[in-house]
Amino acid sequence: MYVSTSIKARSEIFNNRNPTLIELKNISLYYSNENNGLPILDNINLQLEANDFVCLLGPSGCGKSSLLNILAGFQKPTTGEVMINDKPHTGPSPNVGVVFQHHNLFPWMTIEKNIEFGLKMKSISKSERKRLVSYYLNLVGLESSAKMLPYQLSGGMKQRASIARTLATDPQAILMDEPFSALDALTRENMQIHLLELWKKTRKCIFFITHDVEEALLLGKRILVMHSKPGRIIVDLQNPLSQYNQSVQKIKHLKEFNELRHDLISAIRGYSKANN
Amino acid sequence: MVPKFVCKKQILTRGISMISITLILIIWTVSTNLKWLDPVFLPTPQSVWRAFLELIRDGYKGTSLSTHILNSLYRLFLALILAFFTAVPLGMFCGISRYILAIFDPIIEFYRPLPPLAYYALLVLWLGIDDKSKVALLFLSAFAPLFISTVSSVQRVPQDRINGALSLGASKPKVLLYIILPSCLPDIITGLRTAIGVTYATLVAAEMVAATSGIGWMVLDASKYLRSDIVFVGIILMGGIAILIDSIIRLYQHVRFSWIGRQD
Ligand SMILES: Nc1ncnc2c1ncn2[C@@H]1O[C@H](COP(=O)(O)OP(=O)(O)OP(=O)(O)O)[C@@H](O)[C@H]1O
Ligand SMILES: [Mg+2]
Repeated sequence: MYVSTSIKARSEIFNNRNPTLIELKNISLYYSNENNGLPILDNINLQLEANDFVCLLGPSGCGKSSLLNILAGFQKPTTGEVMINDKPHTGPSPNVGVVFQHHNLFPWMTIEKNIEFGLKMKSISKSERKRLVSYYLNLVGLESSAKMLPYQLSGGMKQRASIARTLATDPQAILMDEPFSALDALTRENMQIHLLELWKKTRKCIFFITHDVEEALLLGKRILVMHSKPGRIIVDLQNPLSQYNQSVQKIKHLKEFNELRHDLISAIRGYSKANN
Repeated sequence: MVPKFVCKKQILTRGISMISITLILIIWTVSTNLKWLDPVFLPTPQSVWRAFLELIRDGYKGTSLSTHILNSLYRLFLALILAFFTAVPLGMFCGISRYILAIFDPIIEFYRPLPPLAYYALLVLWLGIDDKSKVALLFLSAFAPLFISTVSSVQRVPQDRINGALSLGASKPKVLLYIILPSCLPDIITGLRTAIGVTYATLVAAEMVAATSGIGWMVLDASKYLRSDIVFVGIILMGGIAILIDSIIRLYQHVRFSWIGRQD
């Protein structure tokens, strides 16, 4: 297995400071008779801490979304279980929010109503709902679009609305499956900055899937790299860049950023080459 | 909201339609007034208009014109309402569970292609000649298109949308009510339009077979006495009412479902 030495060295910095929020125990996933009987996910053990920002990288088709679906409770693993706060997590719950690649807003509801939906499901009183909706609209900068329908918003605005909708139900963890990959480069960068700010304000546990190594380095406190056939996590790294309190532009110009980027890319690519 | 050039195109197509209607009216007026055709086959527009005024004043066979129309519409809408409130819920359950669908699918697939008048005889036998058998017939012809459009629409609701609602804390019944139903409503309304079309045609046919009132009966009865002017009034009224009902629903669709087809 190819893993660069610098990544290995850094992995050892890893130490558990925060309490564990989500625990994956021996998770395996098979889709019957496909993939020549090889598991999509092979015995994955993973702990996610409260307040952490975890980015998951990996080549296309390696099972990232499958892992997220298991975390979210959309998909049952073939073996193993997911624990949240030491309790088994067996189905979707508002405790674990999900932001999809496609904004997934309800197209017939205004932005306001979309954000209110989760609050209604929690039977929160009307006046409190109103207060929360305007708080979250404000948080993502969409006050002026409150009464609009999703199709009237730009891609980035829709994705922000979708994040606000998830945040509003106050989940303990937020799972994001390539939420910015459909956006143009500039919007994407703005959204990354925005998400980091939101995370610093709310300190939710975020589990963020991306194809983009730079995105993972800019956002993640912890970076995981996954490989396919069978799906395993082969790199688990504390991102040293997350300690620097610097702007995204500055971080991108650090020597360390480029070294890490290079290492992560060859970790992802090296393995997929070895397989093909 | 709508770009200007679309409006221009719309005005143009409307204009063309108007010209086409006007041309038909002119040809009708000219050909009948010049007596190219026997007025029994094709009455003049003036005589049709006179028959219309006469019908409004005196009614037909002791019943006023509006009663004939209302009788027909009553049968139509009673059947549609009954069908809507049974076919849509049943279709939703069949859409979410293939086991429930397996119970009802064969029944509906069997009777759906049958011409309604084929089993009308049976319904008359069971329910009598009056409104009950007609409403039952119309109910059956409205049920199938509503049911089928509901089932297929429920099956096409994106899984991500359902998953998203579940992780926002919605229970399964709430997902059905607040997410699946509104997602399917546009298709259901389109299904309703189809149902109205089918039911309307069946209604007129049913009134022609067995009735003593209604617009379909009026047309058939008038034809027995070679009153083609009244037949024409009846046909034009039927067409006009159908267009009116359909445009009301289309307007509703336009207002309520502005988001359709612009989801990305
Ligand atoms: N419902 C399914 N049935 C059968 N196989 C599936 C199903 N969903 C996913 N797979 C297979 O599982 C593997 C992992 O898919 P997954 O969507 O998790 O990959 P991914 O890492 O998210 O890829 P991408 O980066 O392209 O989104 C793929 O080989 C895919 O073909
Ligand atoms: Mg994926």
